[in-house]
Amino acid sequence: MTRDATFRIWRSEETAPGSPGSGVASGAHHDYTTPVTEGMVVLDAVLEIQAKQANDLAVRWNCKAGKCGSCSAEVNGVPRLMCMTRLSDLPLEKPVTVEPMRAFPSIRDLVTDVSWNFAVKKKIKPFKPRPADAPDGTWRMAQDDVDRVMEFRKCIECFLCQDVCHVLRDHQKFDEFIGPRFLVYAAALEMHPLDVEDRLDDLRREHGIGYCNITKCCTKVCPEHITITDNAIIPLKERVVDAAYDPIRLLGKVFGGGSKSKA
Amino acid sequence: MPGYETVEHDVLVIGAGGAGLRAAIAASAAKVKVGVVCKSLLGKAHTVMAEGGVAAALSNVDDRDGWKVHFTDTMRGGQYLNNYKMAEIHAKEAPARVHELESWGALFDRTPDGRILQRNFGGHRYPRLAHVGDRTGLEMIRTLQDHGIHQGIDVHMEHTVLTLLTDGGRIAGAFAYDRERGRLKVFRAKAVVLATGGIGRSFRITSNSWEYTGDGQALAYDAGADLMDMEFVQFHPTGMVWPPSVRGILVTEGVRGEGGVLRNSEGKRFMFEDIPPLYAAQTAADEEEGWRYTTGDKNARRPPELLTRDHVARCINREVKAGRGSPHGGVFLDIAWIKEKIPNSVEHIKRKLPGMYHQFKELADIDITQVAMEVGPTTHYMMGGVRVDAESQMSTVPGLFAAGECAAGLHGANRLGGNSLSDLIVFGKRAGDYAATWAKEHALGRIPEEAVAAAEREAMAPFERPQSADVAPFLLHSELQDCMQDLVGIVRREEEMSRALTTITGLQSRAARVAVQGNREFNPGWHTALDLKNMLLVSEAITRAAIQRKESRGAHFREDFPTKDEAAGRINLVVRRGPDGAMQIVPEPVPQPTAELKAIIEEMK
Repeated sequence: MTRDATFRIWRSEETAPGSPGSGVASGAHHDYTTPVTEGMVVLDAVLEIQAKQANDLAVRWNCKAGKCGSCSAEVNGVPRLMCMTRLSDLPLEKPVTVEPMRAFPSIRDLVTDVSWNFAVKKKIKPFKPRPADAPDGTWRMAQDDVDRVMEFRKCIECFLCQDVCHVLRDHQKFDEFIGPRFLVYAAALEMHPLDVEDRLDDLRREHGIGYCNITKCCTKVCPEHITITDNAIIPLKERVVDAAYDPIRLLGKVFGGGSKSKA
Repeated sequence: MPGYETVEHDVLVIGAGGAGLRAAIAASAAKVKVGVVCKSLLGKAHTVMAEGGVAAALSNVDDRDGWKVHFTDTMRGGQYLNNYKMAEIHAKEAPARVHELESWGALFDRTPDGRILQRNFGGHRYPRLAHVGDRTGLEMIRTLQDHGIHQGIDVHMEHTVLTLLTDGGRIAGAFAYDRERGRLKVFRAKAVVLATGGIGRSFRITSNSWEYTGDGQALAYDAGADLMDMEFVQFHPTGMVWPPSVRGILVTEGVRGEGGVLRNSEGKRFMFEDIPPLYAAQTAADEEEGWRYTTGDKNARRPPELLTRDHVARCINREVKAGRGSPHGGVFLDIAWIKEKIPNSVEHIKRKLPGMYHQFKELADIDITQVAMEVGPTTHYMMGGVRVDAESQMSTVPGLFAAGECAAGLHGANRLGGNSLSDLIVFGKRAGDYAATWAKEHALGRIPEEAVAAAEREAMAPFERPQSADVAPFLLHSELQDCMQDLVGIVRREEEMSRALTTITGLQSRAARVAVQGNREFNPGWHTALDLKNMLLVSEAITRAAIQRKESRGAHFREDFPTKDEAAGRINLVVRRGPDGAMQIVPEPVPQPTAELKAIIEEMK
């Protein structure tokens, strides 16, 4: 059951053979036609084109099973993992467009510079556990408490939510807003059964949680089906508001150097 | 010539999976300057794909467990070719390393009394694998990554190391290029830790990512280090077989740990028909006992689906060859059947195996809570690798360390599931600790300018050569994969492996003429051209060692020598470059356990 399909892939402008990279972002779409068979995903087609027609077509990928979050791109304009996008779900009578994530600077072809994300993560206060529960230095936790944050810990850091978020993509608030991925990360830490760190002030002042106006675009593109907005961002927003405007907490801060309430 | 920049660290770690990150954290804690180079972005390394869990005798689920049992299980699984000292250290230290992960924020599934839950796995006598659903690897790498980024470690993402640099026989650094822009770099370091993982990309059907090109093994060999046990390649019994594009992707052993059974096209549970004597006393007598084991009955014995991976893979292979396979050339792995046993099976499966549910639903349109999966063997893990000292993980090259999959010794002839993640954290930490100590006691070596210049010329040459179809990098890679898959795979024969050697030699001479198009900026054709050398080298080592081991043991199965040979069971095969530049395979005696450890092995038999 083989047929031909055409892929309209965004390619960076050519530079001299063998030269080091220029970092120039200009480019254009190129059409490649390749045979496709049952069960194939977009990444299969792109790698086939790379192997047979364009050895220098740049694309990131690792696991090919939706577990590593490397092959993020925009397929027919929608941010997706190429390895989890089945061709049978796309209209193949017209060319399938494959483009790099638009919110991030281009490196080459489908590869973008996502280093901003790694820098942002460092700014979030790390995990800080409560003292151990048992004399042997271990903790006791209920499965229910673990389950509560499991959803957030499924994140594979594909950054598709960052790509689609209009605060970053359209308004370029990279200096003021950490984006959905890192709100999920902060939520995972804040709701971790053992964590005693307080990140609420940072979320409000440094991390720009107020910029999110809950359009839920991030939730829609998440390949791990994390309910980013409802389960991570909205509860965080509530905690931030409670913390910022709770008079008893404010008093506690003055006299006790701050404390953290666990939901 | 393009020229290069120089970066300096005390300890350079190559690879950022579980072992590399754990080594970097350990070295950094010892207050030396640490750099990590990795081929992918941080957090994408192959550890992320580990599913089932991390083996550690915490004794949370069954208090009969302990380091002695774990040690014995590991030795039995490795068919006693393991380095006993490594197996002992591993079994003793794994619990502390797992608890340490928890103190850094990792979350594992819990027992009813709130401790870390442990699950059954092939070859482990008691429930031993700490896990979180079926994404334990992700939890582990994210924990190490998120802890590591606050330890002052320099991370050089998307860099490939081309060669190690030595100074009078000791390590001096590494020569690399960054994949994004193609710039060349010299990393000077007092100690280097290899944590580069495995070799799966030399085979057609593999669960491994593109990164698994045998870099650590090849770099070490070229630097003059010994490799060992290279004939032992683990074929995981359950990879996806359909659709074609996902062939090889792993289906966790956790499916069988949770009660999944293997059936052939006649509906028969064929694993009951072939139970090796070494395991007969520990294996369930019938299906009912097997199920009781899965549900935690301490008096029941393991179902035969949980025999070691090498054995299960061969049984599947046999069923398929005998014409009793599934429509797409595998067998059936059925977890849906547990609905006969428990009322809420759909929810139970989704909670215990969320990743598998998701993977089959999205990639194959199959609901595993309702129907059986089709599975078949896939190249999964390299037991062999850099020969290291058990305590320090130092190779035979002074200052060069190795940990995790790229090191040899712990797993012997066959690795037990779950012993890989524990390997990473136990020996990753040790490699980092000892590399830091080494770095404190030694100055930087001299950078050999002539070797750097030669490596630079070699790296740039593919752009300058005339292009022709027979030296295209992807073609050469593809031919190698077919060769290894067909001739040095799960069932081996001398005649086929000799043909493989001829093919590999031919590919090596063509790879020396490999030509690429485009420029140096994130150019996968060029990347593959440079990876070929390592893939070919490890393929040659695997093949030569596999020819020399004229017996069947663990993961190495010879159709022409189908039984174990007692004499061969007392030797490890060491691979090193001889004085004439040719690869040598040298038998060396397996180190014998102390009397105390021998007694433990006997007692637990």
